[in-house]
Amino acid sequence: MAIRRRIDRSSAGGFDLRIPRSERNVLRGLPDQLRLLLDEGDAEDPALQRLYPSAYPDDAVAAAEFDGFVRDDLTEQRMKAIAVMARTIDSEHLDEEEVLAWLAAINDLRLVLGIRLAVTEESEPGDFEGDEGTHGSYALYAYLSMLEEDIVEALSGAPPASA
Amino acid sequence: MAQTAPVETERPADEHEVTPDVPWIVIVWNDPINLMSYVVYVFQKLFGYPLEKATKLMLDVHHKGKAVVSEGAREKCEFEVSRLHAHGLWATMQRSR
Repeated sequence: MAIRRRIDRSSAGGFDLRIPRSERNVLRGLPDQLRLLLDEGDAEDPALQRLYPSAYPDDAVAAAEFDGFVRDDLTEQRMKAIAVMARTIDSEHLDEEEVLAWLAAINDLRLVLGIRLAVTEESEPGDFEGDEGTHGSYALYAYLSMLEEDIVEALSGAPPASA
Repeated sequence: MAQTAPVETERPADEHEVTPDVPWIVIVWNDPINLMSYVVYVFQKLFGYPLEKATKLMLDVHHKGKAVVSEGAREKCEFEVSRLHAHGLWATMQRSR
């Protein structure tokens, strides 16, 4: 039996979202957590530094100028995506713009979790079995990775030929 | 590439020589979090690169630690870096040497 992705292009246009309720309940709280980090997080937080990297690592003046130009706009884009994901968390059908918002929010969440967990390219699930919190965070990270793969595949694929 | 014959141009004597805008390059750095498929998708979406080119750049980032993904005038590169940041990629820019 072929494994079905959790999201696919729909023959009727847009995308079908087949995420079980238990998983949606895990996802439900995430947009707000990300919003809080963007809203109230400490600028020195490595996760925030990862979301807003320096464009000019060797030129502090140019880097600050660039940051001044783009940061508010980047935050606004991120907040919009977060709001769309929160609004459509129980939807079974998404339009392309909504899928792109899910992708953006999920990728941001993965970056935050990955930084918190200090994930490396050599990381294995066994590395995160220590305490319950770390284990849970890694399980969530791995789940979001799978969901993001499904979304990228769905966006890259052609619409089904017939209904 | 075809070469055109030199054309004599008249310049006002007092026009100062404008140094051509030194090109800038946009670099994407390897990171252990972003998915390979996602990075390929972003390169295609932002730069309009075909799948093959986007995949090669992603593999360069992955294996060599970084890749130059675009180049041009400073403003264009700044715009592209901000789009890459919006998509969660670790991008920087510098003068081309």
